[in-house]
Amino acid sequence: MEAPRPESGDRIKFSEVNAYYGDFHALKEINLKIYHRQITALIGPSGCGKSTLLKSLNRMNDLIHGFRLTGRVTLDGEDIYRDFDVNSLRKRVGMVFQKPNPFPMSIRDNIVFGPKTHGVTNSKQLDEIVERALIQSALFDEVKDKLNKSAMALSGGQQQRLCIARALAIEPEVILMDEPTSALDPIATEKIEDTITELKDLYTIIIVTHNMQQARRISDRTAFFLLGELVEVRETHELFEDPQDKRTRAYIKGKFG
Amino acid sequence: MKLLNQTNASAGVSTAKTISKRAMALKILALIATVVTLALIGGMMIFILIKGVPFINQSLFEVQYNSENQSLFSSVVDTVLMTVIALSIAGILGIGAAIYLAEYTHSQSKLVVSIRYAFETLAGIPSIIYGLFGMLLFVVYFKMGYSLLAGSLTLAIMCLPLVMRTTEEALLAVPTSYREGSLALGAGRLRTIFQIVLPAANPGIVSGLLLGVGRIMGETAALIFTAGTVAALPASLFSSVRTLSVHMYVLASEGLYIDKAYATAVVLLALVAVINVASWLMSARLERKNYGSA
Ligand SMILES: Nc1ncnc2c1ncn2[C@@H]1O[C@H](COP(=O)(O)OP(=O)(O)OP(=O)(O)O)[C@@H](O)[C@H]1O
Ligand SMILES: [Mg+2]
Repeated sequence: MEAPRPESGDRIKFSEVNAYYGDFHALKEINLKIYHRQITALIGPSGCGKSTLLKSLNRMNDLIHGFRLTGRVTLDGEDIYRDFDVNSLRKRVGMVFQKPNPFPMSIRDNIVFGPKTHGVTNSKQLDEIVERALIQSALFDEVKDKLNKSAMALSGGQQQRLCIARALAIEPEVILMDEPTSALDPIATEKIEDTITELKDLYTIIIVTHNMQQARRISDRTAFFLLGELVEVRETHELFEDPQDKRTRAYIKGKFG
Repeated sequence: MKLLNQTNASAGVSTAKTISKRAMALKILALIATVVTLALIGGMMIFILIKGVPFINQSLFEVQYNSENQSLFSSVVDTVLMTVIALSIAGILGIGAAIYLAEYTHSQSKLVVSIRYAFETLAGIPSIIYGLFGMLLFVVYFKMGYSLLAGSLTLAIMCLPLVMRTTEEALLAVPTSYREGSLALGAGRLRTIFQIVLPAANPGIVSGLLLGVGRIMGETAALIFTAGTVAALPASLFSSVRTLSVHMYVLASEGLYIDKAYATAVVLLALVAVINVASWLMSARLERKNYGSA
């Protein structure tokens, strides 16, 4: 029995997790540990359950009619589905979506929405949060003179970094990213990748990606999924250089979709 | 073989030609329709203005109505009161119901879909039916008499389906990704609805309410049954009142004061225009703030 050490060891643990959409078995007997101050990449062909696994960490699945999960998903030893109030869970586990989804309001209002939700009202404090979040997401220099302008006028890449800033503003411990660069051009992608790498020292980051180069570039560990099963999870360079499972090998050589 | 190819090719060209001819004809028809529409509406406006403006004078705006001045002042006040009361009731109930249906139920479920159809149908029912119902229920059964209250409750019910449907449409048109973004930040359902979804749906909701304003201001039949035709400032919610449209109806049907009916029409048009321009300015401003001036 390992002692809980939130500063280094495994923060998130899936134990015999099964997930269903109605009758459809989307995740099968998943056992997986995710470590702090690391970037974990989830890869696998479309429909293999990556997003399902990701969303089970902030319970965004709760919204889906007919979704069911068995087994245990824990954050620092606490059961995500039983021990948490969902809103306080989501304060600790932030999320960045595939398509940038800023709210139709000013840049500043986008960022302060989260902290205000969780009770920060002092406007000086909010200003500090805005500045810190924008610096962390590498957007500050580009928008510092137009914080009161609408977020909808930003470019796609800037919007995505704003969404990262928005997630950071509530000071989460874990950040989930579901294909955060798939809607962006290569230059914007590179900026986001740099941002993510910078953040790794402070957060536990889990990123879903279809881009294997991206997984190789930024992640420390990589988990490969196929048809709802976790096939293999290892240090990223090991997984790509010396995959143990022949299905992993086939996938990284480009044999599945 | 060659011949066949040739005929095929020429057939291809000729269909392309007829298609472009048809497209041209359609374009011209559409243009004609536009011109005719503009001419009709514009012509009507000009006609009303010509007929009405010369008869707008001070006596129309005297506080006390009498058979000498046929003042429409009390009718302006009655119209505004009627609109405010009816629209507040229809707005609170309609927006509330729309929020429930759009945000808390499964939008494709059989029950919700049939409610939607029912409201769609109700929105198209002739107002006189609402008038009859309002008279039986409010005027007679609840003993309100012909009154501001009975009239505005009736009109509120009449506008409810419209307000509910347009609000629901506006809510359903808000991208799910906004809701997900808000929920993922740990905001609850209510906060998400009030701070994210409703502001985003605001333009659609406002245009639904404006349609409601139009229906209320233009209503006569349902009001004659429920609010009566007394041209006076209401002493209370239980006083009989006469809105501008009803005033016009009365003047025109008495046959003696057609000029004043036109003058009233001008005032009514002006009132509607003011409300529309004001809300248009307000939502343009909000739009600029939310979506940027690009
Ligand atoms: N709301 C839903 N209702 C029913 N089935 C669903 C739902 N969401 C996902 N699924 C099914 O569950 C399986 C896993 O979906 P998931 O979105 O987790 O895949 P993914 O690995 O993220 O795929 P992608 O790479 O395309 O995003 C898929 O077969 C999908 O069809
Ligand atoms: Mg996915």
